[in-house]
Amino acid sequence: MKGMTIIVKTVSSWVKVLIFLFGIYITLFGHLTPGGGFAGGVIIAASYILLMLAFGRKSAEENLPLPLASKLDCVGALAFATIATLGLALGGSFFVNFLYQQKYLPGKALELISAGTIPLSNIAIGVKVGASLFLVILMLSICCKGKECTFDISDLEED
Amino acid sequence: MYIFYILLIFMTIAAIIAVETKDLLSSVICIGAIGFGASLMFLFLRAPDIAITQIVVEVLGLIILIRATISRDLTFISGDREFFGVVVSVVIIFVIFLAGIHVFDETLPEFGTPIFTQVPQAASKTYISQGLEKTGAANLVASVILDFRAYDTLGEATVLFTSIIGATVILRRKSRKKLEDNDK
Repeated sequence: MKGMTIIVKTVSSWVKVLIFLFGIYITLFGHLTPGGGFAGGVIIAASYILLMLAFGRKSAEENLPLPLASKLDCVGALAFATIATLGLALGGSFFVNFLYQQKYLPGKALELISAGTIPLSNIAIGVKVGASLFLVILMLSICCKGKECTFDISDLEED
Repeated sequence: MYIFYILLIFMTIAAIIAVETKDLLSSVICIGAIGFGASLMFLFLRAPDIAITQIVVEVLGLIILIRATISRDLTFISGDREFFGVVVSVVIIFVIFLAGIHVFDETLPEFGTPIFTQVPQAASKTYISQGLEKTGAANLVASVILDFRAYDTLGEATVLFTSIIGATVILRRKSRKKLEDNDK
């Protein structure tokens, strides 16, 4: 798949940045405005999928390689689990909002830095969901083109 | 209130077209139309978080996923359906629907009204009244899904992570044993 026409390529090369920024905004402001980590992560993944549709799969893989995407997936999941476990260690019970309850980082309500661990969890979930959706669609597009599957497990490992 | 009935009729027509059409791509686009109608309905019910997630996942994600993965020569399906089976399944679903209306007509609240208007001890009342001071998050949905009910979010993240592992294992070309043989 070499990509679409020059019109689609030109428009999507501008629009993909806006979509990516919008995903970051939705993720970061998830505790203040509607949205959150899941929706922001899906929007971030959608910007890469737009890149994949317009420019072909090779270009998307150059921007976000498979090993990096799988590592981001693991890092997001690990960060979310770490936040939960830190609540057990510092706050007394699993998933307690330790930054807010113990007033390490109080912040006023309705400000960007507030609500303790909720923005951190949003960022972790956003990274995780974005990377994993990109991985799912990349793998399906690799495997569904033609009859023979061209995906190899060793592609995920480093050279 | 009439907007909900209009949207419901729109979604029903889109669902019937999605089932009946022969072209797989237009069927997927009809499912996207259903998702768009549901998203508008969430927006009119004042649930913008769900509306954003719905429109992103069901409309953009589904259509882009199918467009990126489907192969071009497989987009048409052929073959007729069995008439008797369709009639029997429609009758069964209609009977279940009528029984559901009969059972839930008295107990369920009116469409679009939250449960805490009828039940004073509902848990959502606690979230609304104490969410801001207990978590500090202005968006009450974020305070529920990441603080009060964070176990649900952990489970959802685990499901996604497991699905990635499963996709990687199933969709690979060579088995692990062959790879190890190659290394030797």
